[in-house]
Amino acid sequence: LMEEMIFFFFQAEDGIRDFCLSRGLGDVYKRQVVSTQSTWGFEFRFNKREVKRATMDYVEELNKIMRKTKGEEEENLDLLLKETPLIKFEWAPMRDPSMLIPQLKSAKGPEKRIADFLRGTTTLGFRFQGGIIIAVDSRASMGSFISDESVRKILEINSELLGTMAGGAADCQYWERYLGMLCRLYHLRNGHKVSVAAASKILANILYQYRGYGLSVGTMIAGWDRNGPSLYLLDGEGLRIKGDVFSVGSGSTFAYGVLDSHYRKDLTVEEAVDLGVRAIYHATHRDAGSGGVCRGENFL
Amino acid sequence: MDTVFGFVGKDFALVATDCGVAYSIMRFSDTEDKIMAVDDNKLFAMGGEIGDRLNFGEYIQKNIHLYTFRTGIKLNVREAANYTRSELAYAIRNGPYQVNLLIGGFDEEGPSLYWLDYLGTLQKLTRGAHGYGAYFVSGLLDNWFKPDLTLDEGIELVKKCINEVQTRFLMSQKNFVVKIVTKDGIRVI
Repeated sequence: LMEEMIFFFFQAEDGIRDFCLSRGLGDVYKRQVVSTQSTWGFEFRFNKREVKRATMDYVEELNKIMRKTKGEEEENLDLLLKETPLIKFEWAPMRDPSMLIPQLKSAKGPEKRIADFLRGTTTLGFRFQGGIIIAVDSRASMGSFISDESVRKILEINSELLGTMAGGAADCQYWERYLGMLCRLYHLRNGHKVSVAAASKILANILYQYRGYGLSVGTMIAGWDRNGPSLYLLDGEGLRIKGDVFSVGSGSTFAYGVLDSHYRKDLTVEEAVDLGVRAIYHATHRDAGSGGVCRGENFL
Repeated sequence: MDTVFGFVGKDFALVATDCGVAYSIMRFSDTEDKIMAVDDNKLFAMGGEIGDRLNFGEYIQKNIHLYTFRTGIKLNVREAANYTRSELAYAIRNGPYQVNLLIGGFDEEGPSLYWLDYLGTLQKLTRGAHGYGAYFVSGLLDNWFKPDLTLDEGIELVKKCINEVQTRFLMSQKNFVVKIVTKDGIRVI
């Protein structure tokens, strides 16, 4: 299978046996090194002679990495962090791009509204004997205008991790997607799934790096791993706390009221789902920034 | 606002913090442990901005461990406190860590308490406090403190301080965590 993929890059030129003067088309492809920096740092020369050997090396490296024992987790994590693909952002075209958001916020004119990230949302999650319930509303507001009533605010990071979205949608979506990629890489390298604590710590560290740059993220990471269900609250300021009951967003105070009065550790699944829906309902009723429909996911 | 206070007794150093994590008008959690055990004889009780507190605490803890691994020398409390101060001072002009801490420890010099500020102030004290709770607790500590407190007297004093903060401070701080360091190591009370 590997060989087929690599052969795809071959040019017809390589098969020509006779001497013939080049018409100028093929010269450019002669001896061209098509190299790809894979995450394991190999460089392949797509040259017929070396293909077979390179393939075998590649497969052998893959196997070596797959076979690595648990004791070398630390090394792999280090490797992961060192060789993660570089993210390149376009900075704001000013002398000090990190001052963009603070300057916008303190502006006097209409540009002030650009940085007005309104957390018009209610998201909540709680842990009970049967697992974790996450419930969110689905309204996106722009000032006093409702822009979308059917936003999806629960993001699947991978099949065992869920993240919620509160604050800036772009920030949450991008970083949780990035976290999903890192979790998958971890899984491939170590042979077991990343724990919720580790995943939330990775994201918290990333968010902490960007503190002061105006990242608006208020997310809950929920998942089920070897230690059972876990729920973490993360913030763009570097907050990371583990807990049983959380609610984030402009309507969170209203949701907390309902949650705290009905929450028990020993809820049944139906009661828990009903509690989640009810808390969102009350929050959307009272909070102008929340509304739409209630979406829920649960880990059982 | 985090309440952090501590004092030194005859053969122990004691630190206590509240357990609340607050965000604007809400309390997210009431079970947060803000006292970090850096080695088996040092306690870092930290108060301040939560992201900074978590990351700075772990950063100092890991660096102190790294020093021990590299050189085989275990830092005593005075050395650890000075190292922490230097990290805080280095960061002042480029994004200061908003963390105030009390370092309580027990080493060959006996029990000691160091008061550190987010600006890099360092002072060795017998009793100290940070946060809004400091306004309430300092007078109490000055009044009831005496040089060779036994453990029981120390616990009594802590209870008085906690009571005072819960009675008079505007924000309710339901839970406190209290830890002591003696020559036998760290204990939670």
